[in-house]
Amino acid sequence: MKKFAVVAMMATALLGSTSSYAADLEVTHWWTSAGEAAAVAEFARVFEEETGNKWIDSALAGSGTGANPVIISRIIGGDPMGATQMNTGRDAEELIQAGLMRDLTDVVADMDIDSFYVDQTLLEPCRYEGGLYCLPVNIHSWDWLWLSTKAYEKIGQPVPKDWNEYVASWPALQEAGILPFGLASGWPINGIPGVLMSAIGGEDLVFKINRDKDVEAVRSPEFRKVADALDQIRSVVSPETMVPSFGDVGTQLIEGTAAGNIHGDWLQGDLQVAGAVPGKDYECLPALGLGNKLTGGGDSFYFPQLPEGTDPAVIEAQAQLARILISPEAQLAFNMKKGSMPIRTDIDLAQANPCMQKALGLLKNGLLPSGDFSLSSDTQKQLEDLNLEFINDDSITVDDYIERYASIIESAD
Amino acid sequence: MADVATQPGNMAGTSSRRGFLHRLFLHNLSAKVAAIPMIATVLVIFVGCTVWTIYYSFTSSKLLPKNTFVGFDQYARLFGTNRWNISITNLLLYGSMSLVLTLTLGFLLAVLMDQKIRFESAFRTIMLYPFALSFIVTGLVWQWIMNPTLGLQGTLRNMGWTGFTFDWISNPRMVLFALLIAGLWQGVGFCMILMLAGLRGVDEEIWKAARVDGIPTWRTYISVVLPMMRGVLVTAVVIIGSGIVRLYDLVVALTNGGPGISSEVPAKYVYDYMFGGGNIGQGLAASTMMLLSVMIIMIPWAYLEFGGKGRR
Repeated sequence: MKKFAVVAMMATALLGSTSSYAADLEVTHWWTSAGEAAAVAEFARVFEEETGNKWIDSALAGSGTGANPVIISRIIGGDPMGATQMNTGRDAEELIQAGLMRDLTDVVADMDIDSFYVDQTLLEPCRYEGGLYCLPVNIHSWDWLWLSTKAYEKIGQPVPKDWNEYVASWPALQEAGILPFGLASGWPINGIPGVLMSAIGGEDLVFKINRDKDVEAVRSPEFRKVADALDQIRSVVSPETMVPSFGDVGTQLIEGTAAGNIHGDWLQGDLQVAGAVPGKDYECLPALGLGNKLTGGGDSFYFPQLPEGTDPAVIEAQAQLARILISPEAQLAFNMKKGSMPIRTDIDLAQANPCMQKALGLLKNGLLPSGDFSLSSDTQKQLEDLNLEFINDDSITVDDYIERYASIIESAD
Repeated sequence: MADVATQPGNMAGTSSRRGFLHRLFLHNLSAKVAAIPMIATVLVIFVGCTVWTIYYSFTSSKLLPKNTFVGFDQYARLFGTNRWNISITNLLLYGSMSLVLTLTLGFLLAVLMDQKIRFESAFRTIMLYPFALSFIVTGLVWQWIMNPTLGLQGTLRNMGWTGFTFDWISNPRMVLFALLIAGLWQGVGFCMILMLAGLRGVDEEIWKAARVDGIPTWRTYISVVLPMMRGVLVTAVVIIGSGIVRLYDLVVALTNGGPGISSEVPAKYVYDYMFGGGNIGQGLAASTMMLLSVMIIMIPWAYLEFGGKGRR
């Protein structure tokens, strides 16, 4: 295939035509950790093998906070890349509205994507005025309660089966000198309120607050339960007990110095690298063992509108890549390395571990849209600030918290 | 009649205007040509971008600049936000402490260095060394030192002093002092060098005269030498002051605004909302407020310094 491409390129170069030789396609993403890099290499491999085009890898450091601004300013500044990864959600919404992204409706028209996407809500952020502007490639979920088997062995209790049992076990844990809730400083707190909202508050509450921006729902007793749960977490965490990164919380869980943690499914990658076995060294409770649906976010690929005069081969390569990203072969190869769930329902994941199997079971019930989907990054940022302040400052009462949450939702767009 | 009456006036006006224009554009032409790039830079980058910033802070711009005016909405939200208000308080507290302490310590060290000591250049190098490190490196180094479990506190506790507590970095009430320590460690050396240069600029004759008059050394430093160092002091204040207002990287590296939001600063708010939150309007409103606060300090000072014709 590659040889053919080279020959074809030489032939076309001789003919002075630009119609069908291999094109270079620059792809930006922030998958830089070991597991992530291995996963994205799978996409590149399938893309190069199947099309003969060249994948120019532009990995950016700094994830959502560092790399996202770079990607956005390149697109706004008129130097678009061939394709880029971003989080599934509203981060690119204005770029789509400004016509800076390519409409993929025709590209995937014959693939019947509605039939194999796990949940239509995943595609919602990609749709705008009848067009389709991005393709989600995986599903990540925050809704996991990770529990340390060792910590519960120490206090001689069975490992909790849901959030309520877990909270009930905290006094015994504290007596034994075990940290009931391990937490890393910085961003890991951001995901926790959303998890509590969907697991404790329930599906209706999530829709009312995030999608309908219903202020009364924030003041409802259901949301108060969520705020109370956050208050409970606050009572057992303090700045002195926080560790620098979420990977350190994983170590605490394996050692049994911390009993539990709410964190996204990517924590499992770290646990597995450390040699821990699900069921033996740690337990996982999706949706805190209470709900029956996971909140799904993840990553999507966007294809910026390329400037006029761009080689048609590159534009064709964009279309080819779009189709390959969601093909069964690439989906399987990518997600097995990434540790995320594929967006297709028709993939055999027999080798997945028990935690992932649980997740796949829940996927059948459909997905709840994550905060990324319905709240703008501005609103999310405000909520993050509020949560961070609440967790660290005991002088803010639950009532204050609810009021301030309500006022942010009220002004949300 | 009217024509005749107005003509001389017109002529006079034109000729004097021509003289004025001539002086404005052609007098010392080469110097003016040489200054064009600088003037263009000032107009486009400084003035132009400032105007752009202020203009868009009155719009509802999100990710992309938009021309939808919302009046003072962005400012109302800004001052209704707890995080911004905490940021301002923090900057005021940190700024005043940092300015006073950097100047005092810098001057004291410079005086000590001025006592014709041995190995002066070695000491000078050591004191100035922290300044060669960026704030990011400074922040990371001090983060390790002050980390309660890994740093100084942990080490001393492991050595047996179990009652030792140094947890400023994770204590919302003390975290500003943690920032201050790192900031001073980095900045004092530079201030000392400036001061030392100022001290060396004072004429030896003045010292002799003071000695003849029997004035004690400390008194000479405070009442005679210090007033003579006015230029150096002004330079030091401006450099330290501008460093304080744009305080950002030290906070990011040392505490990242934490614990909670207790060590947030305005520059970080601007960055977080402009890039993290995709809200240009809000970020620009915050940066306009930062500009305004600098102006409030700088304009009276500049007026005193350059405005009065008689003094210099």
